[in-house]
Amino acid sequence: MRERRIIPGVDAKLLIKDAGKLMPDPMRRSFLRGAASLGALTFLTGCNIIDGDTAENVLRKVSTFNDGVQALLFSQTKLAPTYSEADITRPFPFNAYYDLDEAPTVDPATYKLEVAGLVDNKKPWTLDELHKLPEVSQITRHCCVEGWSAIGSWQGAVLSDFLKRVGADTRAKYIYFKCAEGYTNTIDMPTALHPQTQMSFKFDHKILPRAYGFPMKIRMPTKLGFKQPKYVVAMEVTNTDHGGYWENQGYNWFGGL
Amino acid sequence: MTAETITATTPSATIHPGWVRVCHWINVIAILVMIGSGWQIYDASPLFDFTFPRAYALGNWLGGALLWHFAAMWVLVVNGIVYVTLGLATGRFRRKLLPIYPSQVIADIKAALTFKLAHDDLSHYNAVQRVLYVGIIITGVVVVLSGLSIWKPVQLQELTAVFGGYDVARYVHFFAMAAIVAFLVVHVALALIVPKSLRAMVAGR
Repeated sequence: MRERRIIPGVDAKLLIKDAGKLMPDPMRRSFLRGAASLGALTFLTGCNIIDGDTAENVLRKVSTFNDGVQALLFSQTKLAPTYSEADITRPFPFNAYYDLDEAPTVDPATYKLEVAGLVDNKKPWTLDELHKLPEVSQITRHCCVEGWSAIGSWQGAVLSDFLKRVGADTRAKYIYFKCAEGYTNTIDMPTALHPQTQMSFKFDHKILPRAYGFPMKIRMPTKLGFKQPKYVVAMEVTNTDHGGYWENQGYNWFGGL
Repeated sequence: MTAETITATTPSATIHPGWVRVCHWINVIAILVMIGSGWQIYDASPLFDFTFPRAYALGNWLGGALLWHFAAMWVLVVNGIVYVTLGLATGRFRRKLLPIYPSQVIADIKAALTFKLAHDDLSHYNAVQRVLYVGIIITGVVVVLSGLSIWKPVQLQELTAVFGGYDVARYVHFFAMAAIVAFLVVHVALALIVPKSLRAMVAGR
């Protein structure tokens, strides 16, 4: 996935030297020093730096700091803007790190949602049982980390109600999700308890098609798309951050909107 | 006192005080990182029918670019707040950038295009410079606010609404970047044509 490449055919040191020639003589030395660090930082050898372990560690630390800032900014009562039926993006895009024909096919007859960790009742849930939970609906904007967005309509159960129902310890820090294709994701408890965080079983009032995560997606209009697991087969209430598929590769952990 | 010592101790000998120079060069690093990583982020979901060449896009892939972008933003914003606060508090902005008279701007543009614009006193900004420097400060504010409204379209949804919603804010952010890049091209070209202005931003005079 991650290629290591610098600008082909360009010697960064020579480039800086050339730039130095444009400078009046007395200034050249200090300019060279400035240019070397600046050039290294950005266009000239920038790709080298991100591959450097030190730079990457620093950047990841800032990203963790940004998780904290986002947790502070997050309000459990602030609702994501909602839209009308007419605003729904049609067709709503399919998006994953694999093609649609590689998306998992879950058998509804044998499907069971595992509930694990800090909960009183660990009984697995069949799809019929899940569908009997009180249904809520939302039309909200899905924002992808890539920048595009689309407005969708999701129906399902409020996650915080479900957590109450199974006797989850909501003082725990995280909920960890496992998906049929091996995708994983950890979210913070405040977001799990947000009123718009939904265990979605339907898209646009029809049972979720395979493309959108049949049989269950966790819909969080307060988070980026990659934080929203599809094909969910297990959830664990936990105090351990198990990370996630994209977060482990460098996407920001909180991924809040 | 001899004439020499008087000149040396006169405040006007320093064209750019230390804080201006420090803020300027920190901003150079921050803005170049923001632009380079921003181009890589743009490439993940282009708004127009083009992408930025990989060689100029920082971060190697979307995830790396986002790490750079959301780290350098702190440098850009903190440095920007310090710069604007000191610029207002010390009266430098008012002294150097105001007033701006449209007639003078037109006259100076004409003079500049015919290479007749004087540069003997670097501590005095001509009308074109004033317009460009006020413009780039405002653009800096717009790029940060539109960036915030893309980053936090739920928590800061009121701000996002000011920019016309999430999708429109992405275009605002893009065009603010484009304006900054255009400014940089002119700014750097002129600094190289008048090298003593570059010296003033490094050594202060």
